[in-house]
Amino acid sequence: MTARIGVVTFPGSLDDRDAARAIRIAGGEPVVLWHADDDVRGVDAVVLPGGFSYGDYLRCGAIAKFAPVMGTVIEQARTGLPVLGICNGFQILCESHLLPGALTRNDHLHFICRDQRLRIDSTDTVWTAAYTPGEEIVIPLKNGEGGYVADESTLDALEAEGRVVARYLEVNPNGSRHDIAGVADPTGRIVGLMPHPEHAVEALTGPSTDGLGFFTSMVTSLIESAP
Amino acid sequence: MARVIVDVMLKPEILDPQGRAVSGALTRLGITGVNDVRQGKRFEITIDGSVADVDESAMHSIAKELLSNPVIEDYTLRIEP
Repeated sequence: MTARIGVVTFPGSLDDRDAARAIRIAGGEPVVLWHADDDVRGVDAVVLPGGFSYGDYLRCGAIAKFAPVMGTVIEQARTGLPVLGICNGFQILCESHLLPGALTRNDHLHFICRDQRLRIDSTDTVWTAAYTPGEEIVIPLKNGEGGYVADESTLDALEAEGRVVARYLEVNPNGSRHDIAGVADPTGRIVGLMPHPEHAVEALTGPSTDGLGFFTSMVTSLIESAP
Repeated sequence: MARVIVDVMLKPEILDPQGRAVSGALTRLGITGVNDVRQGKRFEITIDGSVADVDESAMHSIAKELLSNPVIEDYTLRIEP
C-alpha cells in the first residue's frame, strides 16, 4: 500500500517541492498535480502548498480557486478527499469556502518570517493524529496576509467543536483572532494551517523536525484505512 | 460602451490595517479632524454595447464570487453609460 498524496503547483507556488519532499520523508508517494489540469490522478489526499498563486492578485487565493485542478479538488473534498492547505493553500481553502473565515493583512502590515511556537489543539484530524493533544511545536511562519478572521458565531463554533487545530504561542504574529494558526472542517479531513510544517522535516534545514507529524499523520491514516 | 463599477470594502467589523496606516500618515501630515480611514478596491468593467446590454445578474455573480470575498467584504455595484 502506498499513500499517494498530490501536491498542486499553481503559477507562483513556492513550497510545492518542499511539500513533496516532506511527503516522501513521511513515507508517502508525492504526486505532482498541475493547476491547469482538472485530473487529480487518483490521489488519496492533496496538499495545497504555500506561495503566491497568481501573484496574490485580487486577494490571496481568490484566483487559484477557479483553477481547473481546484474544480476537481473542491468536488472531491466535499465527498471526503483529505486536503491540507498550507499558508497560501489555507487562503485558497478559505476562498473556496471549504474552510470558514478568511486570512487578512497582518495587523502590523509587515511580512513576517520567523520560527514560530505553536500548540496542537486538535489531534482529531487526519493531518494531526500523530501529535499528542497540547503538544508544542516550532515550525517556520512566513506570511504577509496571515491574520485569521471570522465572525463571532463562526469563532464560537470552531472553539466549541474543537476545530482550532493549532494556536500561536508566546506571540500572536499577525493579529489572528483567538491566536488561531490553523482550523479544520467538521470532518477533520480538511485542514488549513498558516505556518509551514513542510519546512521543518529535516534537522539540516529546519528549526526542528516538528512539522513531519502532519505528513506522517496522513500517511498512517491512509495505510491503516487500506483494504 | 457601458461601464460596470464595483466598489469593494472590508466589512465594518474587520480590522483594516492599511486604512489605519493611511490615517496615521494623515495625522503626520498635520491633517486634523480625521476620524477614520477605510481602504477598499474599485473595479471598472467596460462592456461592449449599451447599459441595456449589461447582464446585471452575471455582474452581481462575479462581484460576489470573484471580486469580493463575502466573508470579509461588502460590495456595491452600479452601471454607467
